[in-house]
Amino acid sequence: MGNNFKKIANEELQPDNFSFSNENLLKAKDIVKMYPKNYRESSIMPLLSMAQSQNDGWLPKKAIEYVSKFLNVPEMKVLEIATFYSMYNLSPVGKHHIEICTTSPCMLRGSDNLLEKLKNWIGINTGEITDDNKFSLNRVECLGACVNAPVVKINENYYEDLDLQSFEELINKLSNNKNVKMGPQSSRKGSEPKK
Amino acid sequence: MVQIFIDGKAVEVEEGITIIQACEQAGVEIPRFCYHEKLSIAGNCRMCLVEMENSAKPVASCAMPVADGMKVKTNTEMVIKARKGVMEFLLINHPLDCPICDQGGECDLQDQAMAYGSGIGRYVEQKRAVKDKHLGPLIKTHMTRCIHCTRCIRFSEEIAGNDQLGTLNRGEDTEITSFLEKSIDSEMSANVIDLCPVGALTSKPYEYLARPWELKKTQSIDVFDAVGSNVRIDSKGDKILRVLPRINEEINDEWISDKTRFAYDGLNHQRIDRFYSRNADNKLTEDSTDNVFNILKDKIINVSKNKIASIVGNSLDCESIFAFKLFLDNLDAKNYECRQDDSYFIPNERSSYIFNSKISGIDESDVCILIGADIKKEAPVLSSRIRQRYVNFEKTYPIFRVGIESKTIFKTIELGSKSNSLRKLNEKKNKDILLKSKKPIFILGQGAMCSKDAEGIFNFSLELHNKFTSKTSWNGFNILQNYSGRVGALDLGFYNKKYTSNKSIKDDIYNEKFEILFLLSADEIDFDRIPDKTFVVYFGHHGDRAVKRADLVIPISCFTEKEGIYVNLEGRPQISRQVKLPLPSVDDFSVVLKKISKFVNINLGYSNPQELRELMLKNFNHISKVNNITESKLPKERKIKNAFLNSEITSSVNNFYMTDSVSRNSPVMSECSMNFYKT
Amino acid sequence: MIKKNDIIFSNLYGFKSPLIEEASKRGDWKDIKKIFKKTPVDIIDEITKSGLRGRGGAGFSTGMKWNFMPKGDKKQHYLVINADEGEPGTCKDRDIIRNEPHKLIEGCLIAGYAINASKCYIYIRGEFYNESIILQKAIDEAYKKGYLGKNCCGSSFDFDVFIHYGSGAYVCGEETALIESLEGKKGQPRLKPPFPANVGLYGMPTTVNNVETIAVVPTIMKRGYNWFSSLGTKNNSGSKIFCISGNVNNPCNVEEELGVPLKYLIQKYAGDVVGGWNNLLAIIPGGSSVPLLPKNMCEDVLMDFDSLKNLGTGLGTAGIIVINKQTSIVKVIARLSEFYKHESCGQCTPCREGTGWLMRMMERVVNNDVSRKEIELLEEVTRQIEGHTICALGDAAAWPIQGLLKHFKEDILKNVERKSKVA
Repeated sequence: MGNNFKKIANEELQPDNFSFSNENLLKAKDIVKMYPKNYRESSIMPLLSMAQSQNDGWLPKKAIEYVSKFLNVPEMKVLEIATFYSMYNLSPVGKHHIEICTTSPCMLRGSDNLLEKLKNWIGINTGEITDDNKFSLNRVECLGACVNAPVVKINENYYEDLDLQSFEELINKLSNNKNVKMGPQSSRKGSEPKK
Repeated sequence: MVQIFIDGKAVEVEEGITIIQACEQAGVEIPRFCYHEKLSIAGNCRMCLVEMENSAKPVASCAMPVADGMKVKTNTEMVIKARKGVMEFLLINHPLDCPICDQGGECDLQDQAMAYGSGIGRYVEQKRAVKDKHLGPLIKTHMTRCIHCTRCIRFSEEIAGNDQLGTLNRGEDTEITSFLEKSIDSEMSANVIDLCPVGALTSKPYEYLARPWELKKTQSIDVFDAVGSNVRIDSKGDKILRVLPRINEEINDEWISDKTRFAYDGLNHQRIDRFYSRNADNKLTEDSTDNVFNILKDKIINVSKNKIASIVGNSLDCESIFAFKLFLDNLDAKNYECRQDDSYFIPNERSSYIFNSKISGIDESDVCILIGADIKKEAPVLSSRIRQRYVNFEKTYPIFRVGIESKTIFKTIELGSKSNSLRKLNEKKNKDILLKSKKPIFILGQGAMCSKDAEGIFNFSLELHNKFTSKTSWNGFNILQNYSGRVGALDLGFYNKKYTSNKSIKDDIYNEKFEILFLLSADEIDFDRIPDKTFVVYFGHHGDRAVKRADLVIPISCFTEKEGIYVNLEGRPQISRQVKLPLPSVDDFSVVLKKISKFVNINLGYSNPQELRELMLKNFNHISKVNNITESKLPKERKIKNAFLNSEITSSVNNFYMTDSVSRNSPVMSECSMNFYKT
Repeated sequence: MIKKNDIIFSNLYGFKSPLIEEASKRGDWKDIKKIFKKTPVDIIDEITKSGLRGRGGAGFSTGMKWNFMPKGDKKQHYLVINADEGEPGTCKDRDIIRNEPHKLIEGCLIAGYAINASKCYIYIRGEFYNESIILQKAIDEAYKKGYLGKNCCGSSFDFDVFIHYGSGAYVCGEETALIESLEGKKGQPRLKPPFPANVGLYGMPTTVNNVETIAVVPTIMKRGYNWFSSLGTKNNSGSKIFCISGNVNNPCNVEEELGVPLKYLIQKYAGDVVGGWNNLLAIIPGGSSVPLLPKNMCEDVLMDFDSLKNLGTGLGTAGIIVINKQTSIVKVIARLSEFYKHESCGQCTPCREGTGWLMRMMERVVNNDVSRKEIELLEEVTRQIEGHTICALGDAAAWPIQGLLKHFKEDILKNVERKSKVA
């Protein structure tokens, strides 16, 4: 799918250091307590996710080494996890990381068209990041909101029931740093049938 | 025992084994790639599918435990179809580069494809290409060939205790690599080359050198440590091209260390292939055999025989040592020694210098106490064996350790680095563990046996061992020897009792007590401290350290150029075979000695190597029991002073890759050394 | 069809608050102390009698599954909730988590009590970030009320619930892959035996249940197994959330009785097929992994496990993907092939290598760039994957294509031949 965010970023993009913020450090200690003492590996995924959100949406090598040291688990085990699961990015993403679902239920409701238009609007292909680091774009598989298709996930939030018009509006608002409403962009609240 | 039916035939097999093992016992061959009897079960290659009654789908025979009454079919249409399908899938993304692949001719995939492959490929899509990975100086990768069986990962994790290998990504993009392509830092790393069923991981030093069918295969043993790993030495013409492990479950399972595997190339470098003598300008110059022997004769005749000291090296065969002893006894020059390191032992007490529990005893043991044993570097194969014990014990196998900080491939209970730390074994929490143990093994390494407190440590440990095993016949008191020739030399009595306790022959050498010093491949003494007046005669095959000081240098053949018996650390005699002829104008030591004995008018009582061996075996019966261990009783406990000097127990091996004159001259070992001992 | 007062998830659409105040009004937690007076054996018995079948796709009896857990042992038992919803066409658990979290949590407690698991992990897909925040809030509320934690609900039973986030791997919906993932490993399904009930999470007895399965448990316990089994059809009791997506006028989630006619579902709730019922081409009835049904089989098919099985497909997760005649069915299935290729964990040879092969061939089928022989090869490759892998992902990759070829092979071949004539 041309997901270049899974490739380990070049040396020049890698920061020299990584460590958890004080707040995250406390959270990390709580996370470790969720699992039995001798299964520290269980915390790899939550800690990587936390590291990723602390680091603007991607995991530098130093973060992988940091989590490995923090949990005292082999570095390779952490890297395996970081590359196996699709939500971890190993190279920088934009301020708005757009993940567009194009699996069949979304495709049936026009996701391909949205994607093509989106590429024009923001001027990048999937797997790429805009020069101003504002947007990055990725195609993803089923986001699990099929009755609200087509669905786009931008950072943590879902935007649903999209059509060309509402999608363009959404992107425009984001590029002009305006507030946007998450969830269905139609008149629906959720997944209910239309009255 | 349970009864199962394989292809309609009833077979009795043990409970708990899997179908694939049952089939093996019944002589039914099941193809496999990921399954390996020494590794955990992955069940991922799907080649070993068989049909099982009451199962709609074929089952992976490597993973399915047998059950009473189970009916298994291995040759039905369903099975054949499944296997052909798997084979096709394995081949679609596998390159058709067998003609340029080093695995060609000994490739599991190639072999199985003969049975289950189709003659025609149906895959017309783009094939996958995978970037090769850097895994260090020994392992060459061709990752496009990888079939993702994960044997290499499982080996590294389970047996080598190395956690650097793993996979990246998932699905068809899965790639095997080490963390950020760092070299694999393990003394056992290259075993993955043998385990790899395809040509994805191949040997870097052996790259493109030969095809398997061109090689002469010699079944021999390893002499780079005292384990006596069974190996096959493959040679082409006059050249050794590679060394592979042979399966011997009593000794090395089917693993060998990287030094065992790759140090052989040192045999081609810096060889002594002619005679030298020191001239008037104090320069070592080539000389004729007769001249050298004449000089030697003059020296020997004109010296009082108690002014002759002789030392043998660490990796010599029994025949050479025995012949030398015959010669020296005949001369009445009895100041001889085989322990350049002054390692502690009790004369005539064989159990004081061997690994009494045998190597296989590790598998039965329930507690391990490592005392001054840097086993990862001293005997990697044993270290892995302990790790396997540890892993099979669900990682609750207690391993105590005394000695300075060093890496291990299992979790240890660290007692401290000094001899007094040993006393902590008597502390309650530790003692409780020992009291529960039925089969403890004590492993006293050379770090302890060469320390100032060696005798104290020996006695303290022995007493403790006997206390915890008094009610059983278990003998878990083990000395970990480092050198292939040591047990043999001690068995043959190549020592003088006056140098056994606190006094080293080296002190007498350095203090000018001797006029002639014979060094038979002995390279580990401090050559700078040998007094100028001492006349040094060096017999050997590698001139790295000794030749700088020697007054006479006499070339002899090395271990691959002759046949000889080695006694391993368990006390097990094994035969090292001749792989190639000696270099021109170089003789076996026994032949050289025979010639010298003529000059000095001594009758050695043999006329050829065969007679020499017979003579030796007549005198040392237990060495004649090749491959068998003659058990010996533990020495009586001795009353000892209870105070230790409390010396630091150090490691006996500094650099695993460079422990003797051959490995020091091996380019491959140098590269490893540079890679892993950067500081 | 379902009566209003039989609806379990009355707040499915989130018109009311998901939190405890409103949830209590809906009846959540109302009878929990009464339920706790029953023995675990009684609870398992009632659930078994209710006929509840797993809502995650396989449709296995929930009571029976709970019964597999060892009894009277001293080991730590685990309850794991599979909230890794990712089957294309399926989005029901998301609604339960964000709109009815207390039903789920109460169900966890009852199930945990029944199988003697004092610890529960809810494995939620990482993308459901906002949903999980609501769930965590609800968990916190339940702790505060004393429903969870030490001596929960005044009993001697301790129960903790933790949320564990997935990070994007469809295969973790497979229960043993999910367990591996919880243990901090790659989500690669385990070999069975041993089964999770014996050797599961952290080597301990474990039950993995789907969100919807667990969330209906409190209502069954409250209203009795007779009530639940009176809904639906024989052996397919109860109600179920259906997700209707694709070429319908109003895609939606809806709770209905099992055995509801497909046509009724689509017309009543989803505003019919785009272009009218006669414009229907096919449906995929149970999430992407099951074979499709062409229109002629859709006319009067009932939506339950057994009826769909009899037609060679399955109810799966009850995610109905509707495809109309303006859509290229080949493209829909090809996209699914891409999905399975992307989601294969890479462990087993047939799935790792086969899903990529299928994807590439399907791409060419979309472009009519195949021969008749290759269509046969395509089918053969699906058979070579099917049944030869550790988990069902291999099957799931094979079945959509098998369904396509079973019903649309002739159309595909016609297109292929037309193209070759033009060329």
